[in-house]
Amino acid sequence: MAGFISRGFKGRRRTPDELAERLPPGQYAEPGFPVLTAGPTPDVDVGKWSLRIDGMVAEPREWTFQEFRQLPFETVPCDIHCVTKWSKLGTSFGGVSLDFLLEQVEPLGAYAMAYSHGGYTTNLAIEDLTDGKAWVVTEHEGEPLPHEHGGPARLLVPHLYFWKSAKWIAGVRVMDHDEPGFWEQNGYHNRGDPWREERYWTD
Amino acid sequence: MEGRAVLDRLTPVEQRAPGRWQIATVVSIKRETPRVKSFRLELPMWMPHLPGQHYDVRLTAPDGYRAQRSYSVASSPLDEGEVELTIDRLDDGEVSPYFHDVVVEGDRVEVRGPFASYFVWRGEAPVLLVGGGSGVVPLMAILRHRRRTMPDLPMRLVYSVRSAEDVIYADELGDEALLTFTREAPAGWNGHTGRVDSSLIAQADIGSGIAFTCGSNGFVETASRLLLEAGFEPDRVRTERFGPTG
Repeated sequence: MAGFISRGFKGRRRTPDELAERLPPGQYAEPGFPVLTAGPTPDVDVGKWSLRIDGMVAEPREWTFQEFRQLPFETVPCDIHCVTKWSKLGTSFGGVSLDFLLEQVEPLGAYAMAYSHGGYTTNLAIEDLTDGKAWVVTEHEGEPLPHEHGGPARLLVPHLYFWKSAKWIAGVRVMDHDEPGFWEQNGYHNRGDPWREERYWTD
Repeated sequence: MEGRAVLDRLTPVEQRAPGRWQIATVVSIKRETPRVKSFRLELPMWMPHLPGQHYDVRLTAPDGYRAQRSYSVASSPLDEGEVELTIDRLDDGEVSPYFHDVVVEGDRVEVRGPFASYFVWRGEAPVLLVGGGSGVVPLMAILRHRRRTMPDLPMRLVYSVRSAEDVIYADELGDEALLTFTREAPAGWNGHTGRVDSSLIAQADIGSGIAFTCGSNGFVETASRLLLEAGFEPDRVRTERFGPTG
């Protein structure tokens, strides 16, 4: 609706100009780290946690938490954007790049479904998981990832809305076709690029 | 109503949100509590929502600065052409203080919706609703819709509030509501006090059908754990947690 002005609205700008340009349209900067989860928080025991990369791959792989901790570890400074409108600017996570993980299995499809303990799923194109764009992280700002934020490990795909960064990740299934995950079946956009404001199905 | 007619009215044919921004008119404002007001909006492109769905609201300043937030619909989809948004005033917020301090009847606001189809009621039964504070809002849409479509369908609301003055929709809560006061119970109150616990869930006595719980993250964590312990299946416990809104 071009031209519509909300009578009497001035806006309380809480974001300085140098940070404002890091905010995608419709987002605001949130200093905290809110918790949003669909359904009850699942119990995930580090001792039983493992990560699988399976589906259409040359050779499926699985790592226990101990094995996973031996893989090449990176610190990932990033901004994250939740579809519920908050963004957290200048945070960081630590974990293993999907480039490395996928290299180990040799993907044969162009799509993937991330799946979690507790049954959550979210779909991503392999293109959105490779080339330094996605990680499986076990740390947030230098500390072990808190359980409520997906610990022991979650997916991190900071260039897409944060529902794509599946908490309590259990695995990534490579597929030869795209399929909607949990929120993608429930009204949210299939890809979720915050800079294009791809929030809902019709965006 | 015959069964078929009930179903037709309960389940909108099109779940997909129109998604387009539209200019709604505020037709009435009701003060619910000292910090909560309900705004009834008339929409030019209205479509029936599923109880539990939300609308996005967008405010635009004269220089183009914009702020967006999501608010749950509190009304039944049988209120054709209108939706009611109940908004809790967050002092450090940007959108809710505008609604509380600036918006008057007749004002126009930009909205789009309805959105999301996970935290929605499609007529499943029996239903246990567990709300904390303004988490009662989407649950009220479910309760109101049930009253108007299937008043005999088993449904109970467990509602946790700080004190009597914080009870939203106080004049509408009937026998199906079980309240608990966490800070100060009204004089003569002989019901439950303190946080929601297993005895209160048991008192609701709804069996293990489907449960909806909405509130702060801490509230929803506690409530969903109690619901699992009471025998609800994990995939029958739908949750909605407040992010920071405002």
